[in-house]
Amino acid sequence: MRPAGGPGAAPPGGGPLLEVRELTKHFPIRRGLFSGVSGWVRAVDGVSLSIAPGETLALVGESGSGKTTTGRCILRLIEPTSGAVRFDGANLLALPPRAMRRMRRRIQVIFQDPYGSLNPRMRAGTIVREPLDIHRIGASRRERDERVAALLRRVGLDPAMRDRYPHEFSGGQRQRIGVARALALQPRLIVADEPVSALDVSVQAQVINLLMDLQEEFGIAYLFIAHDLAVVERIADRVAVMYLGLIVESGTREEIFKNPLHPYTRALLQAIPIPDPARARERQVLRGDPPSPAQPPPGCRFHPRCPSAFEPCARVEPALMEVAPGHRVACHLYPGEGGAGGS
Amino acid sequence: MPSILEVEDLSTHFRTDAGEVRAVDHVSFRVDEGETLGLVGESGCGKSITALSLLRLVPSPGRIVSGRIVYRGTDLMPLPEKKMRRYRGREIALIFQEPSTALNPVFTIGYQIAEGLIVHKMMKKKEALREAVRLMHVARIPDAERRAREYPHQLSGGTRQRVLIAMALACRPSLLVADEPTTALDVTIQAEILDLLRRLKEEFRLSLILITHNLGVIAETADRIAVMYAGRIVEEAGAADLFASPLHPYTQALLRSVPRLGEAGSPPAGGRKKRLPAIDGSVPDLLRLPPGCAFHPRCPDVMPECRERVPRFLPLGASGTLPAAAPRPAARAAAAPGSTGAVACFKHHDPEGRPR
Repeated sequence: MRPAGGPGAAPPGGGPLLEVRELTKHFPIRRGLFSGVSGWVRAVDGVSLSIAPGETLALVGESGSGKTTTGRCILRLIEPTSGAVRFDGANLLALPPRAMRRMRRRIQVIFQDPYGSLNPRMRAGTIVREPLDIHRIGASRRERDERVAALLRRVGLDPAMRDRYPHEFSGGQRQRIGVARALALQPRLIVADEPVSALDVSVQAQVINLLMDLQEEFGIAYLFIAHDLAVVERIADRVAVMYLGLIVESGTREEIFKNPLHPYTRALLQAIPIPDPARARERQVLRGDPPSPAQPPPGCRFHPRCPSAFEPCARVEPALMEVAPGHRVACHLYPGEGGAGGS
Repeated sequence: MPSILEVEDLSTHFRTDAGEVRAVDHVSFRVDEGETLGLVGESGCGKSITALSLLRLVPSPGRIVSGRIVYRGTDLMPLPEKKMRRYRGREIALIFQEPSTALNPVFTIGYQIAEGLIVHKMMKKKEALREAVRLMHVARIPDAERRAREYPHQLSGGTRQRVLIAMALACRPSLLVADEPTTALDVTIQAEILDLLRRLKEEFRLSLILITHNLGVIAETADRIAVMYAGRIVEEAGAADLFASPLHPYTQALLRSVPRLGEAGSPPAGGRKKRLPAIDGSVPDLLRLPPGCAFHPRCPDVMPECRERVPRFLPLGASGTLPAAAPRPAARAAAAPGSTGAVACFKHHDPEGRPR
């Protein structure tokens, strides 16, 4: 059994491509112009995870869980408060700006909103070519243009559409442009933040399939940030569930979907409406809203909504413990070393 | 069961610089008393404009160009605006998707719920505020007395949606039109709101039109479902029938393309993950609709006539109004005996409307 504070979600075998340890991001709350900081929003409050090359780790949770902030801290789009992010052996948080820029070639990002994340004044071809220009990849302009055509073709777009502007594309096509841009520098890791949740169902399936194809072809690892567990079950190798800034459960896809342990994970799975009237089922509806990450409840952060809460839950914060190989859960229902009464 | 609402041949168009957009195009459906009708479709299919059309609240430059909207025997279309107002809120109430923009940020929650009662029911302010708190209890808002004095920004998304539901119920409507009521919410909150809607529907004997793109939400809530594509209803059937044996190729493809829990399979170590059966192409631009059936460029079963003529929306089954009662497809008859539905597809009837 690993000590608390070990990797929250460790890939089996081999060295990890990405390793995040005890990542925290606290945002100050300021009231008024001169009154200073009156509190902290603990958006990410000690998250550890790792991703192997070519693997997909899904980071799931509802709004306010800190999953998006975690992704942005890894990319250093937001500077974390503390913790370590090691990518390919280098500590990203210690890298000077120039070295970080070089590292960015290897870590790319796809955003949720295919409308807002593309520059509306740039043509599709330019959007995809921009990273190549910035990092001076390819011997000539022509070589870059050829590479752009190949990228567009690879994501299922006609290279003849390169001169069009983002608004001339459909939502699914725009997300394909975003994917082509992310692919341009041959990254080893793509942080995909809700990449399909703004898309129509019929188009969502196309983009999920494309992401899976690209992973097989190029061996890309994904940090797949999502709230839709049915999508996650398709694409993930491993899953980490976040609640109020913490990972509460992590494990392989099979473990999380077939044997969910944390009451929050169970509630999340049960809450998904089933597209089949013949299978409408009993569900335990959670009471109340998630508390604010500015004032997380004492003890287990889920205890005020938890249907199984008992004596220690309001008092002691449960540590993330390994309960089966690769399956970790932070819940007093599953005592292990340092469980209830520990930490 | 008598119908509370019958919509016949409704068309709502938007005049734009680029041309006439047929957002809602010859749409017909009915809602029975006490029933939940689900209106499902992807973005731009016309489901929200259909909702606004029912209350004659289509924003400019849109206008209803034809059709009848018959509510309990009265056609709302020819009513003067003043009379129409008596139906809005009091008979038919609307709940919108975005609970943060539907509330006014500068008034308290209690006042905003009470406002409708003061205007429509001529209540005194104090009485209306008391009633507002009662309605918040009905919408299962904890701590309603205190919450009534708060402002929208102080509430969570789920509570704001409950407030909108309380507002919609204020004038005791008979028909509630809920447009994507849970889309902006997290799944655990969504489950609570759907649970609340189901309970209120019983308590208040409401009929409900639930508009959504979420097939899971529709499966768990609707009695009958109408599927919209590019401004038209392409298929309508009982919920069990529709999911067990969809008839329109679009419905079939849509149902296949939704990821469902437990169907991902287990890839062998290092093997390929299972792909989703996606629909090729994308939802058409309403300004550049293809000729014939709007789905034909994406349809796996396309036939020559699909490229030229728009299939009519025709009922199936024994109680249908087809001249020579169309036989019900075996699959559907077996799935749910006695059910009926309608479909707009040349696989099921020829261009003259004769069953195939």
